[in-house]
Amino acid sequence: MNTPNNKGYAGIEAKVKASLKRRQREETRFRLFGIGAVLVALALVASLFGTILSKGLPSFWQSTFVLDVHFDPEVVQIGPKPVLEAGEAPAQFNERDLAWQMELGFVDFNQLLINALTKHIPAAADSPRDAMALITSGEHFALRDRVVADPSIIGKTLRLNLLADANVDVWLKGNIDRSLPDDRQQLSAQTREWADKLSADGVIKNKFSTAIFLNPDSRSSLAAAGLAGAFMGSLMMMMIVILLAVPIGVASAIYLEEFAPKNWITDLIEVNINNLAAVPSIVFGLLGAAVFILWFKLPISAPIVGGLVLTLMTLPTVIIATRSTLKAIPPSIREAALGVGASKVQATMHHVLPLAIPGILTATIIGVAQALGETAPLLLIGMSAFVSSIPATPFDQSTALPVQIFLWQGNELRNFFEGRTSAAIIVLLALMLTLNSLAIWLRRRYETRW
Amino acid sequence: MNNFTVAIALLMLAALAYQLGLTKGRGVVALAGHRATHSRPGYHGALAILRAAVPAFVVYALWVVFGNQVIHSLVLESIPAEFLPQDSLQQKVMLQRLSNIASGFGVLGDAQPYELAAADVMRQFQGVGETIVTALMATVAALGLFWSWRTTTAETRARNKVERAINVALIACSAVAILTTIGIVMSMLGESLRFFQMVSPTDFFFGTVWNPRFATMGAEGQSGFGMLPLMAGTLMISFIAMLVAVPVGLMTAIYMAEYASSRTRSLVKPVVEVLAGIPTIVYGFFALVTVGPILSSIGAAIGVDIRATSALTAGLVMGIMIIPFISSLSDDILTQVPKTMRDGSLALGGTKSETIIKVVLPAALPGIVGAILLALSRAIGETMIVVLAAGNSPVLTANPFEAVSTVTVSIVNQLTGDQDFASAQSLVAFALGLTLFVMTLILNVIALVIVRKYREQYE
Amino acid sequence: MNMTQTLNVPMSTSGSSVKTDSGQLPAGNASTNIKLSASDVRVFYGQAEALHGVSLDIVKNEVMAFIGPSGCGKSTFLRSFNRMNDTVAGARVTGKITVDGRDIYDPSVDVVLLRAQVGMVFQKPNPFPKSIYENVAYGARLHGLAANKSDMDEVVESSLRRAGLWEEVKDRLEAPGTGLSGGQQQRLCIARAVAVSPDVILMDEPCSALDPIATSIIEELITELKKNYTIVIVTHNMQQAARCSDRTTFFHLGDLVEIGDTAQIFTNPQQKRTEDYITGRYG
Repeated sequence: MNTPNNKGYAGIEAKVKASLKRRQREETRFRLFGIGAVLVALALVASLFGTILSKGLPSFWQSTFVLDVHFDPEVVQIGPKPVLEAGEAPAQFNERDLAWQMELGFVDFNQLLINALTKHIPAAADSPRDAMALITSGEHFALRDRVVADPSIIGKTLRLNLLADANVDVWLKGNIDRSLPDDRQQLSAQTREWADKLSADGVIKNKFSTAIFLNPDSRSSLAAAGLAGAFMGSLMMMMIVILLAVPIGVASAIYLEEFAPKNWITDLIEVNINNLAAVPSIVFGLLGAAVFILWFKLPISAPIVGGLVLTLMTLPTVIIATRSTLKAIPPSIREAALGVGASKVQATMHHVLPLAIPGILTATIIGVAQALGETAPLLLIGMSAFVSSIPATPFDQSTALPVQIFLWQGNELRNFFEGRTSAAIIVLLALMLTLNSLAIWLRRRYETRW
Repeated sequence: MNNFTVAIALLMLAALAYQLGLTKGRGVVALAGHRATHSRPGYHGALAILRAAVPAFVVYALWVVFGNQVIHSLVLESIPAEFLPQDSLQQKVMLQRLSNIASGFGVLGDAQPYELAAADVMRQFQGVGETIVTALMATVAALGLFWSWRTTTAETRARNKVERAINVALIACSAVAILTTIGIVMSMLGESLRFFQMVSPTDFFFGTVWNPRFATMGAEGQSGFGMLPLMAGTLMISFIAMLVAVPVGLMTAIYMAEYASSRTRSLVKPVVEVLAGIPTIVYGFFALVTVGPILSSIGAAIGVDIRATSALTAGLVMGIMIIPFISSLSDDILTQVPKTMRDGSLALGGTKSETIIKVVLPAALPGIVGAILLALSRAIGETMIVVLAAGNSPVLTANPFEAVSTVTVSIVNQLTGDQDFASAQSLVAFALGLTLFVMTLILNVIALVIVRKYREQYE
Repeated sequence: MNMTQTLNVPMSTSGSSVKTDSGQLPAGNASTNIKLSASDVRVFYGQAEALHGVSLDIVKNEVMAFIGPSGCGKSTFLRSFNRMNDTVAGARVTGKITVDGRDIYDPSVDVVLLRAQVGMVFQKPNPFPKSIYENVAYGARLHGLAANKSDMDEVVESSLRRAGLWEEVKDRLEAPGTGLSGGQQQRLCIARAVAVSPDVILMDEPCSALDPIATSIIEELITELKKNYTIVIVTHNMQQAARCSDRTTFFHLGDLVEIGDTAQIFTNPQQKRTEDYITGRYG
């Protein structure tokens, strides 16, 4: 027998020691690689969040006029809002109401704003075009809505917060190079000068704006464009996902885990579900476009179609997560139930399912969070169309939060919309983080180790 | 008869059926005794619901789905031919108008006599239809109740029947996943076949020019539908992404699984999970506004022309997106390598890194390969990052600093315009989608089989 | 091999004087022969103390058996000798353990060196998912013990011979180690440990996952290995301890209850608890 073995450890000690330094160096290097990788990953994440937060947070505060607006009866000449009279056909009432709305449309609410501005910049009345460029165009509709809601304000003076135009906001926040020549500036020299003056006078303030939360998207009044429509669309889709994906997903998980015989068919179903979970989301979009829109003729751009597509996409996630929850429940529980004479259905429904509920909840939340952030399939079913109203039913045109982000990042007014988009991303991420934290909390709270 | 009243009625019917079954079941128990009765009274109640309320619901559902279509076609038939518009859109408008008249909502302007007549027909049919359906529902429900009442005996295997119904319902739910796959394959195949009638598969799969907008469609052959530039772009971006994600993701997983303390793990793991859930549109925006300009200015500094939106930008950011995916999958895989394996190596005097490199990683290799394949499949199918950051320039190039386009980008471009769904320009999206589906399917199935084998080995 | 035969084997190498309250041999008694020494060793898992101050000495080339009911701390104690407890999160060892007089918990000690000197065989055979050859060569490769291929071949062959496996596997060295039977796998693990040329081999219930025939082969092997190595074996099988060990230590609930010559422990236990355990009143 050879030497090392016979001398025992004494025979090899020298050899082992000789390589020890090198091996320890290698160990340190490897560990450093590991730490390095973790740090790189964290740094990337930090820069991602840093970018989004630094760009997005300031745009929750917008340049806002604080103006005393006098609802001059000379300017606002309008009769009372029509009411449905007894015996009148709804169609006729609609017609009268429309006529009244038309009449209201002719009221020059901009004049009210010009009048209010003139108090601070007397020259405003002389060049109304430059003056109106200060305030975002949607605000005269806001004045109109106030009159519709409460006609008694005609004749009164109200102190109102009015959003400045998007370009004014960009100018005042310094998001555009101020030294650019006039022909490359979005605003006229006059408007820029006024904006600076009003800002210095404290008429324009940088105020927290709720427009991004409360308004739908807008193209004419960019400063007032908001996420309300997209949020509603997303909410409806998530409702559909929860109503459909959860029962169907849980039922199929129960079937596959508890009842299905183990044969090639269930094997195929399993591979199929795992594959579906990894199919690119855009393929689900194509499925939705072909099946729901081309074949079933469901409306384009509608949350109902989006919800169905996202349901199909979320289903595998829910099934897989529920199955692993069911798998973790020890057979002894089922055997105990079967042992006292329960049928298989009873054992599952009375004993296994209640124990799986926390897991199912977690699975649901993870699935919903995933669906909430999905963009690509929605583009293919037409949800990238511009929609300036808040959808009332799942069959109305709508966008969704991630799609709104996609639309805004493409807006030509880059200087304004980079911030706006980041703000929208912050809203979306906040929603997703809340959902995810909820899932993690649920899991920790109800986690059972068997 | 609106949905709400019907829902209430059906619920009441269900309650009644249950009560009836329950009562009868109890009676049977009282007569025959507990031991001799097969099913508990509750199951008789449930069975009664299945026999009475469910068929009634099915009748109503059929009416909701098909009723209007039947009525509309009947109404259209009743309209004199000279007033009947030819195209379906105008017919739809007309039907809307008619139903406004019929419901008493009224229409603007005076209704034409033929319209009034047609509205009358519509109202009649609606009335008749509703009557028939109501009667049918009542009959079906009554028959069901009667059947339940008559056949409930001590021997009735109500529980087995209810459980069989539950089983059928569960199977139906499981079928949804299968139907989804079938739906994907059928819809893609169907539309792709229509596309391949217009453009030959050879031109599509091996063509080197992608320019569908100006594609020539004619006898001399079709150009502009060649997917090779897209495939090249897809593969290049995925490759760059994997170059970033695999080393970082894998080393992160190794550190988390082998070195980090359990406290660090419990802090970092949720963070990684949350990261994996960040929507890709966010990464796309990040690529567009931050990474692209940075790369471009680095390029300018070292004298290389790097486009802000390029394969490199998209690939890099996609890599960042995939890091958490790879690291959490690999982490799971690594922690499945039994501790005894590590102990074996450590007890022989192996250092930690030697143990990891020479024992743990080889043991986990199949699983890690599976994870990487899954990540690759995800990279290939990723859409929003490349839509925003790859530059959308479908040319064949090997230069990662150039703008490129991918399969997914082109699918989005072809289906989000004003194009007609029946044109080759739109249908090509389905051919691209089919290609994408087949590619990812192959990767996924290989990966899943590998991972499954791996898991079974250590279970 | 039956119990009576084994008990008649004279206990050649063990210390003659037996102490029952402390395992440490009296100072001066062949102290150069002491291979492993533990004094007041306590092991904690988090807050819980699993081992309450154990002291004992183990002499060169003896087979020491640790017996006791499950959860008595015998495996925990065994794993302190090559610091495998380090790999358990939250585990902490206090007291002093020396190998050849050197404190192995001294901060300057490299566990790599320690584990090269003190090998270990585990409860469940744990061959690496590699070929038989690579399994045996693994440790020797790590420590750079073979300069070239023929050296390595020699190390592998002699280790497999020592583990009594050579004849069975010499024609299929490239076959995966996981393809062997349970008993062969365990002998492969012994060969793997032997290849590093340790002085001490710790065995943690090496036969608990094996059938009786494989077990008896391993037991014969232990008697054979004794010539070259100091062996500490944990077992819950009292017959096994009786058959192949020179001295036996009985643990109960984290305490060392009794230590002595195997024959004495099994025929004339001094402690009530030992007697109860050996006569099968609990365990």
